[in-house]
Amino acid sequence: MVESLFARIALRVASVLTLAFIYLPLLVIALYAFNDGRTQAWPIDGLTLKWFGKALDNPGARDALFTSLKAGLGATALALLLGSLAAFAVQRYRFFGRETVSFLVILPIALPGIVTGMALNATFRTVFEPFGVGLGLFTVIVGHATFCIVVVYNNVVARLRRLSRSIEEASMDLGADTWQTFRNVTLPAIRTALLAGGLLAFALSFDEIIVTNFTAGDQQTLPLWIFTNLSRPNQLPIVNVVAVLVVLLSAIPVYIAQRLTQEPTSVAAPAAAAAGAKQ
Amino acid sequence: MPPDELAATPPRSSAGRRLATFLYGHPRLQLGLLLAAPMGWLVLAYLGSLAVLFLAAFWRLDPFTATVVHDLGFDNFRTLWNTDVYRRIALRTIGIAAAVTLTDAILAFPIAYYMARVASRRVRGLLLVAILMPLWSSYLVKVYAWRTMLQEGGVVNWALDPIGLKGPGFGNVATWLVFSYLWLPFMILPVYAGLERIPSSLIEASGDLGAKAGRTFREIVLPLAFPAVVAGSIFTFSLTLGDYITPQLVSNNQFVGNVVYDNVGVANNLPFAAAFATVPVVVMIAYLLIARRLGAFESL
Amino acid sequence: MNRSWKRRLGGTALAGLVVLLAFAAAGCGGGGGKSGSEAKKEVGAGEGKLNLIAWAGYVEDGSTDPKQDWVTPFEKQTGCQTSVKVAGSSDEMVTLMRTGNYDGVSASGDASRRLVAGKDVSPVNVDLVPNYKDVIPALKDQTYNTVDGVHYGIPHGRGANLLMWRTDKVNPAPTSWNVVFDPSSPYKGHITAYDRPIYIADAAVYLQETQPDLNITNPYELDDDQFDAAVDLLKQQRKVAGEYWTDAAKEIQAFTSGSTLVGTTWQYQANTLEASKVPVKAILPKEGSTGWSDTWMIHSKAKHPNCMYKWFDWVISPKVNAQIAEWFGEAPANSKSCALTVVKNHCEIFHASDEAYFDKVAYWNTPEADCGDDRGDKCKDYSEWAQAWTEIKG
Repeated sequence: MVESLFARIALRVASVLTLAFIYLPLLVIALYAFNDGRTQAWPIDGLTLKWFGKALDNPGARDALFTSLKAGLGATALALLLGSLAAFAVQRYRFFGRETVSFLVILPIALPGIVTGMALNATFRTVFEPFGVGLGLFTVIVGHATFCIVVVYNNVVARLRRLSRSIEEASMDLGADTWQTFRNVTLPAIRTALLAGGLLAFALSFDEIIVTNFTAGDQQTLPLWIFTNLSRPNQLPIVNVVAVLVVLLSAIPVYIAQRLTQEPTSVAAPAAAAAGAKQ
Repeated sequence: MPPDELAATPPRSSAGRRLATFLYGHPRLQLGLLLAAPMGWLVLAYLGSLAVLFLAAFWRLDPFTATVVHDLGFDNFRTLWNTDVYRRIALRTIGIAAAVTLTDAILAFPIAYYMARVASRRVRGLLLVAILMPLWSSYLVKVYAWRTMLQEGGVVNWALDPIGLKGPGFGNVATWLVFSYLWLPFMILPVYAGLERIPSSLIEASGDLGAKAGRTFREIVLPLAFPAVVAGSIFTFSLTLGDYITPQLVSNNQFVGNVVYDNVGVANNLPFAAAFATVPVVVMIAYLLIARRLGAFESL
Repeated sequence: MNRSWKRRLGGTALAGLVVLLAFAAAGCGGGGGKSGSEAKKEVGAGEGKLNLIAWAGYVEDGSTDPKQDWVTPFEKQTGCQTSVKVAGSSDEMVTLMRTGNYDGVSASGDASRRLVAGKDVSPVNVDLVPNYKDVIPALKDQTYNTVDGVHYGIPHGRGANLLMWRTDKVNPAPTSWNVVFDPSSPYKGHITAYDRPIYIADAAVYLQETQPDLNITNPYELDDDQFDAAVDLLKQQRKVAGEYWTDAAKEIQAFTSGSTLVGTTWQYQANTLEASKVPVKAILPKEGSTGWSDTWMIHSKAKHPNCMYKWFDWVISPKVNAQIAEWFGEAPANSKSCALTVVKNHCEIFHASDEAYFDKVAYWNTPEADCGDDRGDKCKDYSEWAQAWTEIKG
């Protein structure tokens, strides 16, 4: 459909308005990060950079940030592993209960966070604690991975659906065993799906509060730190600064991932690359 | 390279290769190994603990000792059914979740369509980054910002004052507004992916057959994009259904999540909390089953 | 081929069932595992760490206000690195204690007895706390910190819940709780209340004066008629109420922006608002009020018990207790603290030794079915209060 000029303009305007809607509160947050006063009144009292200094000095914020990064990386790795395994199983084999797997995988993220949180909390306390593994970073990672599996799973399933098996069979006909084929043929083909899924999984884990509340023990991830400090009237400006800095910093990985996932991802690419290398 | 040199040397036998050959002959073992880890955790640990949690819904809290008594009964469910307020809270929660879903679907469609079919490659990339970045700013900070914006002397009232209007203040409208804001990116992404998947050839064919743009949109694009919208709605609906933080910050009204959280914490009445938690769970499972029917799972 | 599928399915189902039963069994058995522990016999060296649950303003390390810091000197002296989780309500404190991640808590009367009954706290050997002997007698051996003659905590201090209003927007200055309960109040939509079931007691305190035929003697032990009257009053209040508050910061923000103009508060909020030049005043209305008398308690399975005992002694030492009492706005527990406050007549302002004043204050207590008098077991217990509160909020 060649959209009419009117439609194109209307869509452009709508997009701009939607983006404005999305970014307006973020601008307000940024404004309060520079606010001179302690309380979030409107209009703001004046501009200052002092909160940035205090935030960078704040050991609680720094520790919470590192904990969140560690938890996010761990959860993403675990989700990548488990999600890919499940995706391969569902996409490549036919078995009883195949449809149920998709359903099961989406449950942790579809059910209310408080239910998932309470359930995981009960599991960790009854099963892990007798073995000496208390609530802490490990349980946070496992908890986050539980609902992050679905984003990796969906991306990989969608990609596998588009991949033809013939290229893998060709690889094995040429003498590669299963592991070599996986490493050299399959993995490159699903790499961008893994990247997209992993990025979204990391974002989900990084900002999660409700399930983390139930599984963190005395560890403080960044959202938990923010939650604690929102109820301290004088810490509010620092919280705003932290939020702004995190958004700005997140532009880097998001942009890189965006560029990387724009490569051609059809079946032909690995074949063309292989053919090119042989000359 | 002469062809016969390629075929001459057989592959070396190693442990990895032997294992690969063994697995090749046992496809079901392959399947078992693939599924063991993810299904093991999800079924045994997650579903198992969910089951125990909902088993607790049939127990009750002993008022004298304030401990949970393990005799089965429907007391909690009877209280839920008979008391007006719980029905009201459940309906309020579901109602706002539905409103948020509808709002986000409408808001997301134009920008998703623009990104998928109109924008140039570079603009599309930039827009994707622009939509993904806010996901990283803390949920809590965003809700608190809205709270500040909606309060008496906040931005919203200040902006609407010159035209003589007043902002919604705190309440149901505020909750709907904030939820719609929070979950919008989760709706834009699947709809964008769904719209991108529609082959242009279909749309061109429709035009060739004489349909105007509006008809093509209504009869070709919308039905094909619908599963993606449903996929996005899974997130908007479920995230609203279970949230207890936002209602507390921008309204005085209780949602299902608040009642569950308060009963887990306040009265330490886990059986009652579990009983009330069955409401959103049942609603969500029904929603998921319908969504699967509509093809949403392939569009996530 | 079909047979092996069925076997696989059957095997998985059986395994699942076994695990399910294991969970159920574990869930059943997990509850009563805690032993009723005994009080410590001696205090050894600090363990290096301490995790506390406290009300806002009780445990300050300089991050709220650089001048308010009694944690850093404690850490220097004992080596116990202290972290605090600020809780907004007694309910939250009970839940947090039950997670087992904390060593101690500053419990009000409506939490302390629950913690004792749930065996979440151990008795405290007051002989190991040298500063205990200076605690004023009115706070020792009370029902909320002593059970059957056994001490379960160290008194922290006490205070009343007050009525606060914006002096620039509320005229005339209120003297009675009527201003928040009146259905035709001129401040409709700008009235606040504490968003917790324990607030029902505040309604009962008001009814104690305004409806004497209800015969309310104890606002925490209400029988059917008294309870229904209180709940009706609160449902009526809901119609004129604006925002409810669950933590101090929310109320401070609401009063600062003007969304809330009048309502119940702790002295802490009033002090913070006055320091930020927001025009407020807070009083104890003529009907009296609810209040709290807090007790530091130690977890029955505390991971750092020595540090906790050192904290006991530190927090009621004269200087520190005076600092906290002034920062938060309460009457200190240590009789020697009154001489050490910065504001010389702090203790008079807060009626530290005015027992007549505190007779009008009903300390937070846990409602129990046992009325404690000749009515028997007819009173409403806390889970009924909690359910009623859900109905009141709607």
